[in-house]
Amino acid sequence: MPVIKVDKLSKIFGKNAKQATKMLDQGLSKEEILKKTGNTVGVNRASFEVEAGEIFVIMGLSGSGKSTLVRLINRLIEPTEGSVMIDGEDLAKMNKQDLRKVRREKLSMVFQKFALFPHRTIIQNAEFGLEVQGIDKTEREKRAKESLEMVGLGEYMNQYPSQLSGGMQQRVGLARALANDPEVLLMDEAFSALDPLIRKEMQDELLELQESMKKTILFITHDLDEALRIGDRIALMKDGKIVQIGTPEEILVNPANDYVEKFVEDVDRSKVLEAQHIMKRPETVDIEKHGPRAALERMRKEGLSSIYVVDRKRKLYGYVTADDVSAAAKQEKKDLRDILHTDVPKAEMHTSMHEIFDMIHDSPVPIAVVEEDKLKGIIVRGAVIAALAGSEVSINGDHS
Amino acid sequence: MEIIPKLPVAEWIDNATEWTTDTFEFLFDFIKQDFGDFIEFFAEDLLMAIPIWLFIAVIAVLAFFVSGKRFGLVAFSVIGLWFISNQGLWEELMNTFTLVIFASLISVIIGVPFGIWMAKSKTVQTILTPVLDFMQTMPAFVYLIPAVAFFSIGMVPGVFASVIFATPPTVRFTNLGIRQVSKELIEASDSFGTTGAQKLFKVQLPMAKTTIMAGINQTVMLSLSMVVIASMIGAKGLGQTVITGLQRADVGTGFVAGLGIVILAIIIDRFTQNLNTQKGQ
Ligand SMILES: Nc1ncnc2c1ncn2[C@@H]1O[C@H](COP(=O)(O)OP(=O)(O)O)[C@@H](O)[C@H]1O
Ligand SMILES: [Mg+2]
Repeated sequence: MPVIKVDKLSKIFGKNAKQATKMLDQGLSKEEILKKTGNTVGVNRASFEVEAGEIFVIMGLSGSGKSTLVRLINRLIEPTEGSVMIDGEDLAKMNKQDLRKVRREKLSMVFQKFALFPHRTIIQNAEFGLEVQGIDKTEREKRAKESLEMVGLGEYMNQYPSQLSGGMQQRVGLARALANDPEVLLMDEAFSALDPLIRKEMQDELLELQESMKKTILFITHDLDEALRIGDRIALMKDGKIVQIGTPEEILVNPANDYVEKFVEDVDRSKVLEAQHIMKRPETVDIEKHGPRAALERMRKEGLSSIYVVDRKRKLYGYVTADDVSAAAKQEKKDLRDILHTDVPKAEMHTSMHEIFDMIHDSPVPIAVVEEDKLKGIIVRGAVIAALAGSEVSINGDHS
Repeated sequence: MEIIPKLPVAEWIDNATEWTTDTFEFLFDFIKQDFGDFIEFFAEDLLMAIPIWLFIAVIAVLAFFVSGKRFGLVAFSVIGLWFISNQGLWEELMNTFTLVIFASLISVIIGVPFGIWMAKSKTVQTILTPVLDFMQTMPAFVYLIPAVAFFSIGMVPGVFASVIFATPPTVRFTNLGIRQVSKELIEASDSFGTTGAQKLFKVQLPMAKTTIMAGINQTVMLSLSMVVIASMIGAKGLGQTVITGLQRADVGTGFVAGLGIVILAIIIDRFTQNLNTQKGQ
């Protein structure tokens, strides 16, 4: 069962929400509805599911409805239509008391501008959620302290928020959310107010924490780079609508429409693309079957200056070069093993473009992409350059 | 102009006051008697029982800590209070002090909850805003009239009139302070599942404290400004000495008593202000 299940969720700001809903049914745009009724479409029929332990990123430009959507999920904003299920319970149908219970125990939020309580010390801030639950002082201090230590702020417990830098303040925000040990973290542009270096640091730290916490995280951002870095899946929003949901690769390689494509265009592809996306089907010779003559024949036919050597199960042995092969053929040698080069440049399926780029620079042969010693594909220099340039990339395809 | 006869507004008010006086006589009598006795007890038996030197010493020590361990306020308080006692106005000072304390305390007890209510409800704010404007712009003398009707003369009607006159700033500033708490902090509080009361006591009131204290400071100052006016209906204290000076055209006596009020005003003002800045960060 998904931890969060959002179904046809809508929020329309303004007085005639019903009328505006009808217009949405008729397919009118957000702009037209604003003009005709004065209502703002915040979120328009959003549906998605988030599985336990997943980092689900919602991305879109400013004003696309991200903050509204995340606030619909803990019902800080009342929905106009649709449902939000947390662990199978419908939030919209809950009375105030049950809703409070869910907020206290299952959902914690981290805010863009930190929203720390300025009159409380760091530890008192971290304790807030536990205090609200009525947990006694020693217990909540212990848990708040653990939570602060987790984000590296054990030393600052008795300071006030205003004494800390932005990055540190947001760590407190994170610690405050984590102290409750919630199932779900809602993070509304949690790192957007931080400068780029600190932001990267926080992203890494979140990912690191996530390794051990395995929380379900709904992360909002307007920054595609950030989305790609931390998202297991990404939902793209435009004018309140979700226009595409997919893994980072799916979104980059297969943008659903022009809007997504525009977004994707200026991303540094090398950060997201992996070896498996740019490799091509390799030409090989079989170490059991083929000798130097067969290898030479194959290379001539394909116009290659080297070829990879495998066995029947495609286990990789190494490569041979055209020069060696033709010399061996002249000497009437029978076995490729004598002339085999074993210093193969290897990459895994998930090796990033960055690393491949560095490897391929001074490699005489294409890079071998291997999985459990088996050759899956090769990467030629041309494919790397093409991918970096952002032109059409084929997955497991056979053109270069 | 003659088409509409003069509306009998004055009669209506008279009738309303008369009705209130009759209907709530038991209550007013109770307040007049028991509360009056208590005020008298506080001023005459409690405050006057404290030796003057001890009183001044206690104030000096408090002043030292309240002002952040500096000596300016200490020196001023000691010299000021000594001067008042030197002028033979100590009992008057204690009475005035009592009036101010009771009027302020009641104003705050009434004002803060109203301010909270006003902050939590738009309707209440819409209704209360003009009422507060009215209470503050009506000349303070006017409050003496119903005060006398309800409580005859003495300290009690003095306190009553002061409360009406001095409460509005506390209400206003409490409302303002709570409304000023940023939307994000309210959201943060809600997102952790606070009840209305938890949000009020853990977030809104602590954050509004500086503003509320500024309102309370104004309330205290306004009730002090009622001292002279209240003495016209028999409230004892420095104000009475001023009035006596006025009636006898005795500039000197009037001036010295006036000076006493100013000294008390400055001390109270600095105390409440320093309490505020100190705790508010
Ligand atoms: N309280 C509100 N009242 C009216 N319109 C709102 C309100 N909050 C947000 N909106 C509108 O809803 C749309 C989505 O806003 P928001 O969710 O804040 O976007 P984002 O977080 O993606 O920048 C915007 O057009 C915004 O103007
Ligand atoms: Mg936003």
